[in-house]
Amino acid sequence: MLSVHDLSCERGPRMLFEGLNFSVGPGTLLHVQGGNGSGKTSLLRMLCGLASPVAGKIFWNGQNIGDMDEDYAEQLIYVGHHPALKDDLSAMENLRFAQALAGQTADIAQIRDALGTVGLQQAVNLPLRVLSQGQRRRVALARLWLSDRPLWILDEPFAALDAAAIALVERRLEAHLAQGGMVVLTTHQEPAIAQELMHALYLQVAA
Amino acid sequence: MKLAPIWYSLLRRELLLAARRGADVVALLFFFMIAVSLFPLGIGADPALLRLIAPGVLWVAALLSTMLSLNRLFAGDYADGTLEQLLLSPQPLVLTVAIKTLAHWLVSGLPLVLLAPLLAVQFDLAGREIGVLTLSLLLGTPVLSLIGTIGAALTLGVRGAGVLVAVLVLPLYIPVLIFGAGAVVASAAGLSPQAGLSLLGALLALGVVFGPYAAALALRISLE
Repeated sequence: MLSVHDLSCERGPRMLFEGLNFSVGPGTLLHVQGGNGSGKTSLLRMLCGLASPVAGKIFWNGQNIGDMDEDYAEQLIYVGHHPALKDDLSAMENLRFAQALAGQTADIAQIRDALGTVGLQQAVNLPLRVLSQGQRRRVALARLWLSDRPLWILDEPFAALDAAAIALVERRLEAHLAQGGMVVLTTHQEPAIAQELMHALYLQVAA
Repeated sequence: MKLAPIWYSLLRRELLLAARRGADVVALLFFFMIAVSLFPLGIGADPALLRLIAPGVLWVAALLSTMLSLNRLFAGDYADGTLEQLLLSPQPLVLTVAIKTLAHWLVSGLPLVLLAPLLAVQFDLAGREIGVLTLSLLLGTPVLSLIGTIGAALTLGVRGAGVLVAVLVLPLYIPVLIFGAGAVVASAAGLSPQAGLSLLGALLALGVVFGPYAAALALRISLE
């Protein structure tokens, strides 16, 4: 259970949001909405522990994430704006290292399966630089099929994806929620996920 | 299947990436070679003079080569989001930074150490001086990488980071240069090079203990 108390975020001289309170329980998805510059990515980075809040606290199962260090990192995966992939490595190598660096098992057969699921079975051993933007995004999101972490934090996961891939990711998110997982994501479109599992958080663009 | 330690995977990843971009290492070695070879061309080929300037020239060239390679340390990982994932990796950031520094030295420092004896021959250095020079570089170049990591972490995402890192890091390289070149000069003068080498060893020990901590702290600040 992720809960947030009185969270504030500053960007330079501007206050992006203040006094934010919400919680995400097992089996629920939080859809963070808001215009450009409303602080969606900043919020997600704070939830990951990459940025520390100006004010307010973030708790994971009642423990302040600031005090948990590596223990908290073992609870989540974060797929950010940038896909964290290297052009010089193949899709397989990229995922193997991504899994290993996240402290998860990097079984070659499993990775091959995951890449097959996202429709890249032909591209497993190709260097990433020959893949398109959408295909790279698919490689980055293949981590979702390899993860057993309870909390998924996804920044614009649907950007550059085609309709088929979006549907695929949505099914995967639903499966994760059905297993008691938690998802926090930002997207400018309405995810096609059962309404009762989804909560929306709207961030107002600061004047 | 037992999970390989994260640091081991990170080291393998760094070395594999360096191998895929072999041109970077070759370019660095070329720079080192050319920078060193420019001095005899500019000053003149008097053997006595060359022997005199050799330690300083080789050390300064090693210093500049290391500095040129610093921007590769974090900038690529920062731009493509890998650095965020490294910060979220369930191992202490200090260890992550230490491994990245080690990889940087293996790729950008060690080749200079191996090439230096060959270039020293160009300067007519005697066998004993070449040995001392190589040893001083072996002790000194890791210090250059360790200090450089702090500079690279501090200037991450800053405009004009290349020049800024030079301004920040070069003054800190001065002690390494003095003790490193000093050891070779002492040896050439018939004195023991031990003082210089011991001080380099001390700098290395200090750098290994404090460098990764300082760089990890700088990284956290840069990525806030």
